[in-house]
Order: sequence, then C-alpha cells, then structure tokens
Amino acid sequence: MKFAIQVNEGPYTHEASVTALNFVKAVLKAGHEVFRVFFYHDGVNNGTRYTSPPRDDINIADSWSELAKTHNLDLVVCVAAAQRRGIVDQGEQERNGKDGNNIADGFRISGLGQLIEAGIEADRSVVFGD
Amino acid sequence: MSSIKKFCYLNRKAPYGTVYAWEALEVVLIGAAFDQDCSVVFTDDGVYQLLKGQDTADLGIKNFSPTYSALGDYDIRKIYVEKESLEERGLSVDDLQHLVWEDEDEDYAEKDSIMVVTKDELAQVLDEQDVVLSF
Repeated sequence: MKFAIQVNEGPYTHEASVTALNFVKAVLKAGHEVFRVFFYHDGVNNGTRYTSPPRDDINIADSWSELAKTHNLDLVVCVAAAQRRGIVDQGEQERNGKDGNNIADGFRISGLGQLIEAGIEADRSVVFGD
Repeated sequence: MSSIKKFCYLNRKAPYGTVYAWEALEVVLIGAAFDQDCSVVFTDDGVYQLLKGQDTADLGIKNFSPTYSALGDYDIRKIYVEKESLEERGLSVDDLQHLVWEDEDEDYAEKDSIMVVTKDELAQVLDEQDVVLSF
C-alpha cells in the first residue's frame, strides 16, 4: 500500500513529528511504500540541518534525513510555509537574497500541489498534527 | 493522475490565534486546481472562520475572511458546517458569510454552498471521503 504523510507540527514542541517519523518507519518495515512526506505549517521546521539538540535528545531533523537516505524518501517542505518560517534552500537563498541556507539533507522545497498530488497518488493519506 | 478522488478539507480551529485556518485555506485554493471532488468542512472552533464582519485591524494581522467568498469561483460547491458546533457557540447560519457557487447549467444561478449538517451527518460525509486533510 502507498502512503502519503502530512506533518503539521514542528519538532520538540509537539510530538506529532516524532510520531510521524515512527509511523513512517513502521510503514516501511511492514513492506509498504511512502509516496511522500509533506511538511506544512510549523512542520517545515523539521527540515533545518541547523537543528542541534543536546546529545541525550533525539535529533529529529537528522532522523528524517537518515530515513530519507536509507529508503529514498521524498521529503517535501511547503515553500510558502517555509518562506514564512525561514527554511531556505540554495534556490530560495538566491531568489530572496539571503546570506545562507539551512535545508537538511534529503528535504526539498516545493509547492502545495505536491500535497494534493500525494493525496491523489497514495492509497492512504495520514495527517500528523494538533 | 486521471482518477478523481473525494478530497475533504477539515477545518477545526479558530481563524486567528494560530495560522492553521489561513494556511488551510491556501491548501483548499491550490487543491481546487486539481479537478478533484472537493468538500470543505468547518467544525469545532473552525465555524468561527466563516463569521461575517471579521475585523482584524486591532490585531495587526491580515483579515483573510473575504477569501472564503472566492471559493465559489474555484468551483467549490460543498461547504459543510456542523450544526452542534454552531449551537454550542451561540451561532446560527445567519452569522456566517453567505457563500454561493454559480450553476452554469442553470444560467449561472447562484446556489448556496453552505450546508449545515449534524454531527452524525458529518460523520457520514467524512466516511465517504478518500482523502481528509485535517487542520
């Protein structure tokens, strides 16, 4: 079965992103496919590589990046939500004249159409949030 | 992407205080371009999103409520508002914006988009959906 995942909350403040992470791991372990993980609202904050929690705490951004690398996941950060919250890739850095970027490995920035497309293509859409 | 799915956008939060309502509306407007079967639901504090006469001047943030009246132009014809949520908040459909869509088969007659449904009816609407995006 093909899953589409939407993550609406940022890491740490809210458990939703870690729950989504665990859910995606379980889905893959059960032999299913994850078509896309779409990060919206404060969920875009899962996608900054500058995340650096204390050593005894989970690094949620790195965990997503590692999972994406291992399973070739498509992690998409909503561009409009990202612009509001300062999540920036090379392209956005150049377009908006910023002095750096912070997108984590395995994430890409794209539009809301990617969320709708995921809903169309997947057999199940699951939203994690408040 | 040839198949048409039933997409439902479930709005549960007040329009201001958090960004969920505004960013949910952005999803609805983008989603409308994909020619899917689209329903928009307002329940819990989400019913406040449709209130008439919103004024955010003193909040210093954007009043996005006029955008709801454009939903008809995006061919969104099914807007469900939960009856119990209205009543619990002392509201009725008369407190909400009058949202319409134009029926091109009937000489562009304006038809009401808002349907007030009970909790049980809403459960049935949600059960029929392929994709429920919850905000």
